[in-house]
Amino acid sequence: MDAMQHSLLRNARFKAWEPLLWLAAFAAPALLPGHALIVNEIAIVALFALSLDLVLGYAGVVSLGHAAFFGFGAYAAALFAKLVMPDPLTGLLVGIVAATLLGALCSLTILRGSDLTRLMVTLGMALILLELANKLDWLTGGSDGLQGVIMGPLLGRFEFDLTGQTAAWYSLTVLALWFVLARRWVHSPFGATLKAVRDNPLRAMAIGIAVHRRLAVIYTLAAGVAGAAGALLAQTSGFASLDLFALDRSADVMMMLVIGGVGWLYGGVFGAVVFKLLHDVISSITPQYWTFWIGLFLVVLVLVGRDRLLKPWQWFGAGKATPGASQ
Amino acid sequence: MQKRFFLRTVAAAVVLVGASGAMAQDTFKIGLILPMTGPFASTGKQIEAAARLYMAQNGDTVAGKKVELIVKDDTSAPDVTKRIAQELVVNDKVSVLAGFGLTPLALATAPIATQSKTPLVVMAAATSSITEASPFIIRTSFTLPQAAVAIADWAPQNGIKKVVTLVADYGPGIDAEKYFKERLTFNGGQVIDTLRVPMRNPDFAPFLQKVRDLKPDAVYVFVPSGAGAALMKQFAERGMDKAGIKLIGTGDITDDDILNSMGDVANGVVTSHHYSTSHNSAVNKKFVAAFEKANNGLRPNFMAVGGYDGMRVIYEAAKATKGAGGQALLDAMKGQVFESPRGPMFIDAQTRDVVHNIYIRKVEKVNGQLYNQEFSTLKDVKDPGKTK
Amino acid sequence: MLTIFFDGIAYGMLLFILAVGLSVTMGLMNFINLAHGAFAMVGGYLTVVLMQQFGVPFLWCLPIAFAGAGLLGAVLERTLYRPMYKKPHLDQVLFSIGLAFMSVAATDYFMGSQQQIMQLPDWLRGRTELFDGESYALGMGHYRLFIIAVCAALTVGLQYILAKTRFGSRLRASVDDARVAAGLGINVNLVFAATFAVGSGLAGLGGALGAEVLGLDPTFPLKFMVYFLIVVAVGGTSSITGPLLAALLLGVADVAGKYYVPKLGAFIVYSLMLVILLWRPQGLFVRKGGQ
Repeated sequence: MDAMQHSLLRNARFKAWEPLLWLAAFAAPALLPGHALIVNEIAIVALFALSLDLVLGYAGVVSLGHAAFFGFGAYAAALFAKLVMPDPLTGLLVGIVAATLLGALCSLTILRGSDLTRLMVTLGMALILLELANKLDWLTGGSDGLQGVIMGPLLGRFEFDLTGQTAAWYSLTVLALWFVLARRWVHSPFGATLKAVRDNPLRAMAIGIAVHRRLAVIYTLAAGVAGAAGALLAQTSGFASLDLFALDRSADVMMMLVIGGVGWLYGGVFGAVVFKLLHDVISSITPQYWTFWIGLFLVVLVLVGRDRLLKPWQWFGAGKATPGASQ
Repeated sequence: MQKRFFLRTVAAAVVLVGASGAMAQDTFKIGLILPMTGPFASTGKQIEAAARLYMAQNGDTVAGKKVELIVKDDTSAPDVTKRIAQELVVNDKVSVLAGFGLTPLALATAPIATQSKTPLVVMAAATSSITEASPFIIRTSFTLPQAAVAIADWAPQNGIKKVVTLVADYGPGIDAEKYFKERLTFNGGQVIDTLRVPMRNPDFAPFLQKVRDLKPDAVYVFVPSGAGAALMKQFAERGMDKAGIKLIGTGDITDDDILNSMGDVANGVVTSHHYSTSHNSAVNKKFVAAFEKANNGLRPNFMAVGGYDGMRVIYEAAKATKGAGGQALLDAMKGQVFESPRGPMFIDAQTRDVVHNIYIRKVEKVNGQLYNQEFSTLKDVKDPGKTK
Repeated sequence: MLTIFFDGIAYGMLLFILAVGLSVTMGLMNFINLAHGAFAMVGGYLTVVLMQQFGVPFLWCLPIAFAGAGLLGAVLERTLYRPMYKKPHLDQVLFSIGLAFMSVAATDYFMGSQQQIMQLPDWLRGRTELFDGESYALGMGHYRLFIIAVCAALTVGLQYILAKTRFGSRLRASVDDARVAAGLGINVNLVFAATFAVGSGLAGLGGALGAEVLGLDPTFPLKFMVYFLIVVAVGGTSSITGPLLAALLLGVADVAGKYYVPKLGAFIVYSLMLVILLWRPQGLFVRKGGQ
């Protein structure tokens, strides 16, 4: 293999620190049993952010309505558990399939237009779904939410208990599986064409890549992943409500992804961890004004640049800019 | 590089979170989960202030244990509320969960209360079905059907026969509409049309215009407390009062929190509710004075009184069980009878819901400030949503 | 019915004034400023405080709101926004969301979370009804008339500035191609700063005008951001008439929709926007050769 192939493949291999990271993640619910719940929440949101990274980081589609698939998957799984059977894994599958179908439908809308157009179109879809869920309150429980979602034991053996450990491991496993899958996608030839489309759609079209088809495919796949995250949330919290479709969800996940860095799959994971933990800690200190500190964090983060944040001596222009640093 | 930054931050954050969590043994902990940010932040503020006032007035020890109030913001997202509640129960080992500004938040947390046998005191949410979601739920706020049927009884006796209902399109609003309509029709009145306003609605103009065109005797309104002011101003702006249409509703639209700044448009509006800041009782006067003093002149509203009474229920129950929690604590909460700033009230032992007086009030100017002046009382109103 | 049409136009004009600043800065500086609503909120709160605590008459509060928000915009542009121009869009989004969060929390802290209620002067509170036989054909609230008048005057003024003044032509040049404009000797930085300030000032004015109709509380920037974005997306960022027509269309559609089909009230605006954007992704009104 020549040097070019080597460098391309090097990106695809697992780095040394990765297994350690995942090991630590899976150990967390056991080592910190009191925090299994927040680990669960972080894992779910990380999966959601991962799905957004697929469209935003790897295909360049700006979406403020990704919560549409999140919520749709959640409601699908919740309704399945309530009306058909309470098995978690089947419910997860149902959520994924439902969201994928919705994604295929919606992918037709994001093909044309500028960033702003896509932003608004995706947002519009999410808000319409929200109002739809509100109107169909005989099915969804409306603004009161869908209650009475009792999950059966996972794999027939592990009950969802109060400490949340089962939930945390369940979510972490699903996250890990999708992560591996997503890696395969982005490091495959398909993924390479996606990056080409993201960087310069015109040129990609000129060399014969079917841009629209690629976009549609990745959007549909990402919708499925988001649906998985939503299904996990519905199952582990036993509840689904309208705010799953709200702008806040889409905006939060986009924020987390951008904090972590777009375009490398761990961005979503890290952004989720940092944001959620920061939120939790600050919120316990000041339940009412934590938004101020988070806002300040975001402003400073962007102004100073992600990697310079931890090196205060670089803040006042003295050092040279590190090559290939902030995105 | 990005990766190193994140690994370091993550490690730091995990240490921070892991470090927080040392707890004392001989404390009676109350987990107060409120919407402290977002559109319902004023609810959270009022309840927290009232809870702290109760603790200040009654000391922070009960049955020999120190009382610790843990306040958490749930940003009005039910899955967050549930997670916080779960953490409070599992990590902090709270003896009671309290607060719950909105119906979905309480409903989402109900299974936690049942599973962990922790009493859950609802201090704000007002949909009937909440107390049925778990045998461990107690309510000290009110239910919308209580207020709705009261005004549906009053209206026909005062010349109001044809009404158009205008409610916000969510749980409590739909409850308010349903029970008002049932009772008014039962009393011989007629609801010409039922209009529902989307929650995220910036402009009431088209709905009010529709009401105007239907020419009813009155329009019955329910919107969450902040929007009442905007609605009332547009009501006046549209000349509805000059067209002979009265404005009636539940007390949420003349929320004491902002009533005074509504100005003259609010004058004369008749509402039904369980609490008015100007309620004429010694207990209430003391409560209002202390509350205003501790909170820079902020007037307590019905949310605050729900929080205050909730704390009372918790304290008295803890005294009865000598600080124990669980089923014993719940049983000590059921059936409590006492005088609240709102008037006499008790917690029904069967339904675990609140039974209190509902007053019909009119907005009037007293000493230069607007108050809801009570002029008619319906005693000991049970929640109609349950006695079916 | 004419009254509904009238109400819709008033609402649309208000949206326009609030959103025009956003549209111009997006078209000019290619900067997605999600904190735009914060300037509107500043204008609104400034007005409320001046009226309630200092007894300043309403009419005076309007230019003060404009000036106050504009000044804040100028200061922030120079200090915080300028380093952000070169950054990628996503960073800009993150930054402006951060600013919006800070403004919401700060306002909550200083002014409290409840709705702010404004007392309009008496001459703005009336209503004129034109009768047509038994019932009336057109009812116009005086305040809405006032809104329409002010916004129409502003629109004419803006259009004049844009089309007939030197600054306007410099602005248009910078929007079309900032690099070439700078190469021609136009002080693009000054154009940016002035435009941002005026855009924020207009938002502040809109906030002051709108407090009565739309309500005012600390969550205002986040609540209404969606509507501003809709106006900008549908109207395009390359002219003033685009957002104006888009805002009017949306205002009338929203109000009429809620009146005639209240069951679908909430869907109307979003569906309309979706349909328009799917049909014309660049917005309804795009100048050829513009961005």
